Amino acid sequence: MWLINSSIGKKIVMSVTGIALILFLTFHACMNVVALFSGEAYNAICEFLGANWYAVVATAALAVLVALHFIFAIMLTLQNRKARGASNYAVSTKVNAGKVEWASKNMLVLGVIVCLGLLLHLYNFWYNMMFAELAGVEGCIAPSDGYSFIRLTFGCPIYAALYIVWLVALWFHLSHGFWSSLQTLGASGKIWLCRVKVIGNVWSTIVILMFIVVVLFFAFGFGSCNAAACCQPALDCCEEAAANCGGC
Amino acid sequence: MAKNISFTIKYWKQNGPKDKGHFDTHEMKNIPDDTSFLEMLDILNEELIEEGKEPFVFDHDCREGICGMCSLYINGTPHGKTVTGATTCQLYMRRFNDGDVITVEPWRSAAFPVIKDCMVDRSAFDKIIQAGGYTSVRTGQPQDANAILIPKQNADEAMDCATCIGCGACVAACKNGSAMLFVSSKVSQLALLPQGKPEAAKRAKAMVARMDELGFGNCTNTRACEAVCPKNETIANIARLNREFLKAKIAD
Repeated sequence: MWLINSSIGKKIVMSVTGIALILFLTFHACMNVVALFSGEAYNAICEFLGANWYAVVATAALAVLVALHFIFAIMLTLQNRKARGASNYAVSTKVNAGKVEWASKNMLVLGVIVCLGLLLHLYNFWYNMMFAELAGVEGCIAPSDGYSFIRLTFGCPIYAALYIVWLVALWFHLSHGFWSSLQTLGASGKIWLCRVKVIGNVWSTIVILMFIVVVLFFAFGFGSCNAAACCQPALDCCEEAAANCGGC
Repeated sequence: MAKNISFTIKYWKQNGPKDKGHFDTHEMKNIPDDTSFLEMLDILNEELIEEGKEPFVFDHDCREGICGMCSLYINGTPHGKTVTGATTCQLYMRRFNDGDVITVEPWRSAAFPVIKDCMVDRSAFDKIIQAGGYTSVRTGQPQDANAILIPKQNADEAMDCATCIGCGACVAACKNGSAMLFVSSKVSQLALLPQGKPEAAKRAKAMVARMDELGFGNCTNTRACEAVCPKNETIANIARLNREFLKAKIAD
């Protein structure tokens, strides 16, 4: 199977899964921004994407995408290490500085940070929302009350800081990943390379800013605590968590 | 105005691929700055022989930048300071200053084992070319010059790709030891011309397969190759190779 055996095939898997994940991130960011305007509308989305069969299937598909992207990254990196050989240069100058982007050389490290952030994110949200609904776990906050979850999570400064670090790492990852994926698919050339890079940078910056704005919005306590849709079912534990983290 | 410079040269000594290797140093005195880098190494070897030491081994041939034999990782860059694209043999001592320490290393990559000192075995590139870097169609008698129309832009670009001399600087500079810039240039020079079209799919598949088999790494688009290429090959070639390969595989 050429997608697994050949070098370009493996990179095509990286590139296609990467593009799919970028599209998912874009969708996710658009969804998050809704929370800035209306907790009720945000919770309606959470309800819609709860334990419904299509949302579960889509989540499973996302998990497969992430797994493929991760496994192929490890495979490629191991091969690359071997191809590089054991001996290192005694001198490596910065003559290439400006031509070789930092992110392009550190995609694996950035990817690992993104994965760790993802685990934290799944624990903070997915575990309490979709998983809780599927497993029938009764939490003090209703699984579909996403607005309360974001308000509480980002109200905690430590979580907010961790999420910002995560998003910045993701931005670096995308700043290389976007154009690199199109280059691998051959959708690039002397002229289009520059265009694709600009489109990629603008796109990833907008998407990441959308995420960051939501984190900051709730970190600085702009989320309305009294919105009926949000806090009423979970007022007790909301206050408890707020007392622990100093948010709300 | 030519002037003389004195500097320290730190050069890599290694007896075969299995040896660990080490640096030796030598003080070079009063070298005219219009000496070429390779002439300077010739002077170094004369001095080493006079001292009864073993000469330093390095690859070189045409000394005019077209054969691709000279290599050398000089002060952390393949072919030295190739700002405008030049090979080691086109590098002159005027690029260096009095009192410098010049470090000379071999290409370091698993696919290019060291034969001796800074001479590495680059026959892997020949094997990739043998896999498909040619046209085998019967072309018959030479045709009229304008019988096959080729857009000027394609002809120019094919020529740019063909200027790749296969020196291996791309592999040497790549953190993944990837040969994609070389292979893509060699695929592109033919893919851009009508004469190369009939075998384009076969060529892309065969050359990539051989490249993988020989233990070169996977391209991660860091563009280090492009930054050091003495012939200014661009990664647009790599995009073209990816396209050719993908097209060929989908057509299968």
